[in-house]
Amino acid sequence: MVVTLRPQPGQARSYQFPDFRDEKLPSGIRLVTAPVVKLPLATVLVIIDAGSTSDAAGKEGVAALAAGTLLEGSTRFDGAELAEKFEQLGTSVESGADWDSTFIKITTVSDKLEEATKLLGEAISNPTFPEREVERLKGERLAEILQLETEPRGLADEKFAEFLYAPDSRYSKPDEGTSESVSALSRKDLNEFYRARYRAGSTTVIVAGDISTDSSRELIRRAFQNWPSGAARTQSLVAIARTSGRSVHVVNKPEAPQSELRVGHVGLPRNHPEFFQTLLMNAVLGGLFGSRINLNLREAHGYTYGASSFYDWRRGPGPFVVSTAVQSEVTAAALREIFLEIDRIRSERISEEELSLARDYLDRVFPIRYETTAAIASALATLVIYDLPADYYGSYRRNIRAVTADAVLRAAKAHLHPDELQTVMVGDAQVIADSVADLSLGELHIHGS
Amino acid sequence: MALHGGQFTRMRIPVETFHLDNGLFVTLSEDHIAPIVAVNLWYHVGSANEKTGRTGFAHLFEHMLFQGSAHVGVNEHFELIQRAGGTLNGSTWLERTNYFETVPSNELALALWLEADRMGELLPAMTQEKLDNQRDVVKNERRWAVDNQPYGTMLEKMQELVFPPSHPFQHSLIGSMEDLSAASLDDIGQFLTTYYTPDNAVLSIAGDFDSDEARKLVTEYFGPIPKGKGKPPLPPMNLPPVFGRSLREVVYDNVSLPRLFMAFRSPIFGSDEYYAASVASAVLGTRKGSRLHRSLVRERQIAADAGAFTFDLAKMTDLLVADVTARPEISVAQLEDEVDREIELVYREGVAESEVKRAIALIETDLVVSLQSAGERADRLSMFATYFNRPELINEQADRYRSVTAGRVNDFISERLGEDNRASLLYVPKEGVETESVLAAAAGTG
Repeated sequence: MVVTLRPQPGQARSYQFPDFRDEKLPSGIRLVTAPVVKLPLATVLVIIDAGSTSDAAGKEGVAALAAGTLLEGSTRFDGAELAEKFEQLGTSVESGADWDSTFIKITTVSDKLEEATKLLGEAISNPTFPEREVERLKGERLAEILQLETEPRGLADEKFAEFLYAPDSRYSKPDEGTSESVSALSRKDLNEFYRARYRAGSTTVIVAGDISTDSSRELIRRAFQNWPSGAARTQSLVAIARTSGRSVHVVNKPEAPQSELRVGHVGLPRNHPEFFQTLLMNAVLGGLFGSRINLNLREAHGYTYGASSFYDWRRGPGPFVVSTAVQSEVTAAALREIFLEIDRIRSERISEEELSLARDYLDRVFPIRYETTAAIASALATLVIYDLPADYYGSYRRNIRAVTADAVLRAAKAHLHPDELQTVMVGDAQVIADSVADLSLGELHIHGS
Repeated sequence: MALHGGQFTRMRIPVETFHLDNGLFVTLSEDHIAPIVAVNLWYHVGSANEKTGRTGFAHLFEHMLFQGSAHVGVNEHFELIQRAGGTLNGSTWLERTNYFETVPSNELALALWLEADRMGELLPAMTQEKLDNQRDVVKNERRWAVDNQPYGTMLEKMQELVFPPSHPFQHSLIGSMEDLSAASLDDIGQFLTTYYTPDNAVLSIAGDFDSDEARKLVTEYFGPIPKGKGKPPLPPMNLPPVFGRSLREVVYDNVSLPRLFMAFRSPIFGSDEYYAASVASAVLGTRKGSRLHRSLVRERQIAADAGAFTFDLAKMTDLLVADVTARPEISVAQLEDEVDREIELVYREGVAESEVKRAIALIETDLVVSLQSAGERADRLSMFATYFNRPELINEQADRYRSVTAGRVNDFISERLGEDNRASLLYVPKEGVETESVLAAAAGTG
């Protein structure tokens, strides 16, 4: 006999985010360690307060390029030798910059951890930014920018940022820079950026995995003994919107079978006191598979393979955006549904059913998020970058569970702004422009022939 | 208990197996590291099993499995798992389809019950309306991932180029718009009774559970599902070890940069020779220290990016593919010449011991990294059980790789990287290209 009755859950087992220790080394470096012994593996994540928002005007992309070139040559080894040495140890270094920080990361099996970390510390304490490698990586970035012209998803993201933020906002330009800014960057720019910003007082090293706190401390102390002291100035950030009203932009791609859609406005900074309410509100609106926007556009209408919304949480107010790709012919119809859903969640309280789905999911999925040393290190980096309290993960689930339907409604009213929505489409203007214009979502601009 | 102090002993993943009377193969890997458990089902059916005129059906069918079953409403599978705090999805490949969820360990019964309900009683929930809706969703998936994405047609163009007509791996996995339109509810019924049967599936459970309790639940939920009547055999799939000549196809597409995918017929996944091929692939194209990256990206600055990978096909033949994207100032002909030169160099001179050691070290770390996740452990158990009836192979991978020597890699190279076994799939930007130089290159090597 088939079992027709849905089983009930058993008793939930308790879970705690891994214990970690947060301390300042004598050198001024902040060290965060989380011993995890599941497998013989560890992640070392170095984060430096030198994100793309610290790029000077006209030097957009310098943080990313400096991070990218960091391992391309040191006083002892050239870039090829460094790659070879790390990879012989079974690891390779990922380095880069996002809006809020520069990061350098390795994951390695335990018995290679010491050697790999020493090599890492020495290399990034003495980089030479060789001319040839700088020019090569600039060329690779320019190739990436060229690729974007035929890549509708990336192009839509980039155009959305450009049309959303004021031209003097760092957020209006790609974090890795534009072709103009990158072309103008020099080895000297990288060197200066490095000297100014890669300082002990701006550096946190996170070690998560199969190593004790004492061993980590000793390892990091030795590996980073030549790391420069001092701290960098923090830079102020302009993150205001480009226009105060709605507007619509079509980036023309003749014969595109789909329109890539981005609809949104300037969102909230990560440290906003209503973070949890807003997170839950967005989960109901477009954050989950079972959210209103996805069920509407995908499951009710079949317009798309998927639709979602999110707040891009940064130190400054990153974008709130609804993102989807729909068959060209239904572009206007899909936009109408997106605008309706944004209005609807602001006008009436969500049902208990919807609240509990989002709340239960965000609460109960918590342990599944921290299965890997890299995920644990990255969670600890979030604490550091956004200056969150030490018990942030200890109280996370409680904070999620405390959100009510009324709080979600208040968050929707306070943090969704229908009058400020910017609509950006990458698609076939000939097919979509007229029907989109009929929706009156703001002044319509068509870009490209 | 298989574990002590929340740690895998000597990196060995515990493995237990049993069969139900209806043929369901079950693998269990119990640990108590975190209160989570992964449930993973592999059905031994993929696009290779599709009949003529129904390309894309295996994948469309995968979508239908999320549309409810006798005791589960439309989209309720997703909702129940997410409400429980779980993550879930499914995927379709040439020779298998998998469904998986990771849930808090107190929700194991729910995950198993949902999988059993859709294995045993999907049909009562199938309607024309749901099929029409998911057909639209899948067509939009095709537009998104294939048609409106640079190089998005790579997989189907490659299959067409390297497999002979009517070979089960030759046709498109996502399917043609026309065939998707033709799929009917009758097809759903037939496919279900033929392939979605317990004797054509492997169920794996990994993570925090009690083995006896899991056996009881699996038997209770999956036991009543009747055994299948057997599936039709795939047409003969054996192919010679090499193509026999150079193959080449040029695709003029909406891309910014020329990109060359060069494929080599290579030894079947899981064979001794496969491990040598897999190491060769890493020597060629894994990370910055690899041959292609070092030479074409770093030293000669021909390429913006370079890599290599294997398809990991477990039926008769596999493919190794080198993947190189040109820099903007490099012509199509130059790209092809340089990649040819690099492959020819490897073919003539072989690779060095140190390159093999580098590759194996990277592969070993990746293996350990992947075993951290319960979902990955369960998926690999299902894979080894489906293809080889031996889930315990999960614990032999590191040794298989460690035993690969430079000599074996070079044997593989001299057998498989010659001119008689190269298939070039070349993407050329549609606009702003001097068509004549491309045609000249075609005449030169075709």
